[in-house]
Amino acid sequence: MSNQPVDQSRRTWVTMACAVGGAGGVATAIPFVSTFQPSERARAAGAAVEADISALKPGEMMTVEWRGKPVWILKRTPEQLEGLKKIDPQLADPNSERKAAELTPEYCRNTNRSIKPDVLVAVGICTHLGCSPSSKFQSGPQASLPDDWPGGFLCPCHGSTFDLAGRVFKNKPAPDNLEIPPHMYLSDTKLLIGEDKKA
Amino acid sequence: MAEMKQAPADASAGEKLLTWVDNRFPATKLWNEHVGEYYAPKNFNFWYFFGSLALLVLVIQIVTGIFLVMNYKPDAELAFASVEYIMRDVPWGWLIRYMHSTGASAFFVVVYLHMYRGLIYGSYRTPRELVWVFGCLIFLCLMAEAFMGYLLPWGQMSFWGAQVIINLFAAVPFVGPDLAILIRGDYVVGDATLNRFFALHVIAVPLVLLGLVVAHIIALHEVGSNNPDGVEIKQGPKDANGHPLDGVPFHPYYSVHDLLGVGGFLFVFTAVIFFMPEFGGYFLEYNNFIPADPFKTPPHIAPVWYFTPFYSMLRATTDDLVNVLCILIGLGAILNLVKGSGQGKTKVGLLIAAAVLIGLLKTFEAKFWGVAVMGGAVVILAFLPWLDYSPVKSIRYRPDWHKIVYGIFVVNFCILGYLGVQPPSDMGNIVSQIGTLLYFGFFVLMPWWSRLGTFKPVPDRVTFKPH
Amino acid sequence: MKKLLASLLAAFALVSGAQASGGALVLDKFPTERVTDLAALQNGAKIFANYCLNCHAAAFMRFNRLKDIGLTEQQIKDNLLFPTEKVGDVMKVSLNPKDAKEWFGATPPDLTLVARSRASHSGTGADYLYTYLRTFYRDEARPTGWNNLVFPNVGMPHVLWELQGQRAAKFVEVADPHDPAKKVHTFEGFEQLTPGKMSPQEFDSAMADLVAYLQWMGEPVQNQRKQIGVGVLIFLAIFTFIAWRLNAAFWKDVK
Repeated sequence: MSNQPVDQSRRTWVTMACAVGGAGGVATAIPFVSTFQPSERARAAGAAVEADISALKPGEMMTVEWRGKPVWILKRTPEQLEGLKKIDPQLADPNSERKAAELTPEYCRNTNRSIKPDVLVAVGICTHLGCSPSSKFQSGPQASLPDDWPGGFLCPCHGSTFDLAGRVFKNKPAPDNLEIPPHMYLSDTKLLIGEDKKA
Repeated sequence: MAEMKQAPADASAGEKLLTWVDNRFPATKLWNEHVGEYYAPKNFNFWYFFGSLALLVLVIQIVTGIFLVMNYKPDAELAFASVEYIMRDVPWGWLIRYMHSTGASAFFVVVYLHMYRGLIYGSYRTPRELVWVFGCLIFLCLMAEAFMGYLLPWGQMSFWGAQVIINLFAAVPFVGPDLAILIRGDYVVGDATLNRFFALHVIAVPLVLLGLVVAHIIALHEVGSNNPDGVEIKQGPKDANGHPLDGVPFHPYYSVHDLLGVGGFLFVFTAVIFFMPEFGGYFLEYNNFIPADPFKTPPHIAPVWYFTPFYSMLRATTDDLVNVLCILIGLGAILNLVKGSGQGKTKVGLLIAAAVLIGLLKTFEAKFWGVAVMGGAVVILAFLPWLDYSPVKSIRYRPDWHKIVYGIFVVNFCILGYLGVQPPSDMGNIVSQIGTLLYFGFFVLMPWWSRLGTFKPVPDRVTFKPH
Repeated sequence: MKKLLASLLAAFALVSGAQASGGALVLDKFPTERVTDLAALQNGAKIFANYCLNCHAAAFMRFNRLKDIGLTEQQIKDNLLFPTEKVGDVMKVSLNPKDAKEWFGATPPDLTLVARSRASHSGTGADYLYTYLRTFYRDEARPTGWNNLVFPNVGMPHVLWELQGQRAAKFVEVADPHDPAKKVHTFEGFEQLTPGKMSPQEFDSAMADLVAYLQWMGEPVQNQRKQIGVGVLIFLAIFTFIAWRLNAAFWKDVK
């Protein structure tokens, strides 16, 4: 190491230059990193979607697209709703406690996982690896399904099953219940998917 | 295996790491050779900022370019809209766009000033010829890079500027029309042209530029920098360690000095970006805010300001100028025959070459010679080290009237530039023609005029005032 | 150096003088302070949506960007959007371009960038638009019945005629200053044929608001850009000062 005495004036200015220069560098980096955030176009495309459910009959399901994902809107029959209460022991997370903040909005933390008891709004993407499960509303024994199948969804990719509230059955590859997206009712028959009153 | 160096037992972790690296990669050696113990003359002045500034602008262009490419679409149907997408929808996209467009013009300002420094201080002379030649290659690549980059926004000026310049290549004898189609990838400038210009502008030419810049700096460091007095510091007195007395190590003296240059440059650069990014239509041309329309030519097409001096020379090369050139070449060859100092063989050779050249000038159309003149104007720069016969390197010790010659050269270059922006006119045409002859005369006659006059004695040591 | 400057100036004088002074357009100056006036911008946006968007698109401009000039999403939805449009959509036009070409002879151009593209040596794009919008006159020879001083034989009718009223333009034959034998068709003045809903001053002000909006729409970030610029320049001035003293601290040791 050098044996020269420290030149204080140099040191002062070097420190100041590094501090100010460093601050400038960070300030310059911020706009560049910000360009990575979703653009206005992405945000507009990801905006909330309206769905008209006036024509939806009990037992029927419609699908709308939101942020590139399928969102299922299922009008459940009274029998189907009754059936939901009986199968808790078969489910991995019957009370939707896992990852509640991510998957189940506060206003849907109930048995039916919905705002209106009979209308389920859920993102139709399996929580295992992202395939879209098929509808299996018919109860009873069927291919790939147990004898006491109560009705729900079966994912063709790796066999995960979900009930009519989107809750995942035990012992399946999928770890979580189906995601319930933020949504709200603009009227009795008009749903807005992607936004709720909190947003 | 070579002897591995060992760090002393009480060395810090950092020192031990550095020793490990140094045993496998010449990190410390490179640092010392090129920065820590690279001795540069201590009398650098304002003109010596522009080399490091050119490097800074290169980095700015590459970084902003990368971020632009993340959102730009190189498709004739989508390109214009994607630029507006960057300006409006991408967070802070407008800033990155303006940095890149201003950076392009800033690059040429800095490079022209950097070349001017080389010109007045004789930085291209022995043993620095290769530094200069690499520099000229960089300049050529820069022009290609800027030209191709300008097509990408796909505005009216982008399209028609490219259309005109590529059509010039069609003027090349024999292979011209096919060459133009080959460059375009189509019969007119279109999507194919845009896509390949994109690939060349983003990947190919930047890589070549980076390689040339590295070669340029390595060549410089091999022989050491020149200075405003043209005095070779390596030939002067040395200190106890063998370092030139008239030199200072690049780091910390010039790293700190260049930082000052960077501060000043960034001040002007950001003033333009934030307050006048269009710069009166010279940095972002007004017509380019209209999407390209192959069916509608704008009333007035001009290249971007940094090409205009050369564009002027292209436009000036009419049949009349070609005839004048023939006469001048003929006269030159005869003068050489009568008064030249070379051997008989060379004189006859030159006479034959002149005759051939005159024949060619009259055979091919003036349009092609315009292209040749424009290209020649750039290429002739590379020959400077072999045209300058002055006994003295730097303008400081040349006869005073040499300064007027250089002054005329610069003023002439600026006038040619100004005329290139204007629509063609009769008076403008004549002035450009005179300007073209002046430009080439400066170089072609340099072996003669650079020797004339009374030169001042060059000092042994650099002139430096401690401050 | 001084000699260089002097000869440079002399050369420019020679060359500029030699340029033929062509029939350069004389444009009125747009009152630039309106571009930072939110009320003016909002009024301009309203006029634009009501009168221009029927035939012209502004395909790069999103409706929700109008929040930057003080409008709320609700105001945008209530006053400016069609029922099928969303606030994040861009300002597309309902007019079919093929119909437009048939009716007007040319497709009405997109207006998002018109204020940037119409700049020239005669004035800024805003000057051009401000003058253009206020110099329509009746001309029976044109298919639309209208002509314009700034854009002769334009295909666009005077959409705002109800506000300005109808005017005729008086032309006189004046001797050409370059060639006494020739005559030049020169504009002398306007004559009001029928009154408009607005007085001339009101109309000029409305057009200034509209042009302010068009100028803003060409680059919505322009006002923030200048504000940020001030901060950046102050920072760089401080940094350059520090770099200067840093440089001096090292070089004082060099003899």
